[in-house]
Amino acid sequence: MSAEKSGRRYQASLASRRREMVTPEGLALPVTVAGRGARAGALLLDMIILFGGAFVVLLVLVAFGEGLAGNRSGEGQSPAEELATVALIMAFWLARYGYFLFFELGPRGATPGKRLMGIRVAARPSASNADAGGGRLTAEAVIARNLLRDIEVFLPTFYLLGMLASGGQADGVMGWAAFVWLMVFLLFPLFNKDRLRGGDLVAGTWVIEASRVRLAQAMSIAPNHGRDYRFGDAELRVYGEHELQVLEGVLRQDNPEAMREVMLAICRKIGWEPGAGHEREFLEAFYSALRAHLERGMRFGQRKADKHS
Amino acid sequence: MALNLFARKTIEPPAAIEAASLRSDRFRLERETDWQRLEAIVEALEKNRPRRISDDDLLDLPVLYRKAASSLAVARETSLDAATLAYLESLVRRAWFQVYGPRTGLFAWLRGFLGGGWSASVRDLWLDICIALAVMVAGTVVGWLLVARDSEWYYRLMPGGLAGERQPGASVETLAATLEGTEDAEGLTTFAAYLFSNNSGVCILAFALGFCFGVPTLLLLVYNMAAIGAILWLFDDAGLTWEFAAWLAVHGTTEVFAILLSGAAGLHIGRAMAFPGNRSIMAAASASGKRAAQVMAGCILMLVVAGLLEGYARQLVASAEGRATIGGVMLVLWLAYFILMPRPRTHGREDQA
Repeated sequence: MSAEKSGRRYQASLASRRREMVTPEGLALPVTVAGRGARAGALLLDMIILFGGAFVVLLVLVAFGEGLAGNRSGEGQSPAEELATVALIMAFWLARYGYFLFFELGPRGATPGKRLMGIRVAARPSASNADAGGGRLTAEAVIARNLLRDIEVFLPTFYLLGMLASGGQADGVMGWAAFVWLMVFLLFPLFNKDRLRGGDLVAGTWVIEASRVRLAQAMSIAPNHGRDYRFGDAELRVYGEHELQVLEGVLRQDNPEAMREVMLAICRKIGWEPGAGHEREFLEAFYSALRAHLERGMRFGQRKADKHS
Repeated sequence: MALNLFARKTIEPPAAIEAASLRSDRFRLERETDWQRLEAIVEALEKNRPRRISDDDLLDLPVLYRKAASSLAVARETSLDAATLAYLESLVRRAWFQVYGPRTGLFAWLRGFLGGGWSASVRDLWLDICIALAVMVAGTVVGWLLVARDSEWYYRLMPGGLAGERQPGASVETLAATLEGTEDAEGLTTFAAYLFSNNSGVCILAFALGFCFGVPTLLLLVYNMAAIGAILWLFDDAGLTWEFAAWLAVHGTTEVFAILLSGAAGLHIGRAMAFPGNRSIMAAASASGKRAAQVMAGCILMLVVAGLLEGYARQLVASAEGRATIGGVMLVLWLAYFILMPRPRTHGREDQA
């Protein structure tokens, strides 16, 4: 029961995240705003990559520095040590500000973390650039959204790390005030419908799902069993487009038990006597007949969303 | 077979079109090759390897994109194949990002940026710069006055480690010694890199806090400048005003200018969100955000220069006159660049449409 409930909640969340983007050709493309979970996951992945990378760089430099310190004769910093320190400072600076900038300016518009979660940054359509779809994602927009990341992500992280390091105690009122202040930025995406964070708001961007779908096999090139099963108009009128898509999913999954159940349900509905051993053939034939029936209706401007309509 | 591993992936021709019993499937099979060709091009573009695309493919890209888009429009009205519709939507969306995406590389952007885009954005922010400048002057005066009345304020305004030996009650000799340069350049690179990293953090904070209607930005500016006011009073008290001003000016004209600009950039966003005018708050925030981001990118550049000046020039040039000259020249250079550099002609400014 709870699985069904969570599934329904997911569907509702998906529906609330649907938006439309009109391309210059006048074609409305559906886009799905990335969920909070996906964005948090992407951020977490990026932070792991960043901190892991910083740790490795630190280890290498320390090993490098120790090797040099062993055969050092004079006092003060040797040039190589100085070079290592400078490299370290610059590497941390680049990691903090350059990592997100570099990847989001690339053709994918996504950091490695975002890519793994299947999301990307895009320009948000607004009244002023509606004719160009979402408008172009400009370098300035990416810079703006990532400069704000500093107060949204890095300050809370360093603050929390500092608090943990000092034994988990905030230093009185100031500590709590800072904590509340930073939480405002951190929780900002929870309180608007496009899941924008502060940087998105300022830069005019949003984060959307960028799923890559592979082209599946066409359904009706399987051997045609239309001659073995003949469905009448009344039998096909029982179902609508939603049921057709469910049936398509069942056929693509190719699970014998599920196909058996679906066949029984269909036979009960249309008053046929279910046979055994030919589930797939029956369902394929029914699918083709139902799709042909519904598509004929579409061409005449009649659509049937599901069995209730 | 082994050779096939290295050969380019070829697009499989679809199964016989006549085999499909449904009209919408025949529609799909007829166009499938074009879609897959488009997908291969888009994939190469996404991987940032445009060289892999043949000239023919590149020339056909707009045609293929439009074909796929029109296929999607037709399929939506005639086909109930959910898998094909999902594929087409994803394909057209991906192609749209590549065809209408930002096709200026980093270097083209830099050229436009240095060739006038930056200075034009700075000039667009003139009002915010005036406000930020007034606030910074006020902050300095406040810092000075507070410390002049009660020197205890000095410890409150100066961050602990920064003051060092520069404390109220220190002798003139001690204070003068803190302004001395060093003879050799050892260790200065580290110092310069550290200063740069630290100062850019302050600048970015000043900018990012503008998001809260600019109020925290102003507070940050006042606080930072009050510290300068306090230290200025200290050296004035010891009669070292000129030496200190010169010491500060070497990098200060560049660094304080960068802080001024980043504060103004933050203020620009805050002002746009508080008073959006005829636009929606969202539109106002994003238009000002993009302009301010360009200013900010420039601030980072200025801070690199400031870090180098602070780390090297200040420590190596010991005379007050020499230091003041360097600082003055830098200030004149920046001002001349911002005021005189014309807006680039090709620089498309979509946000002003």
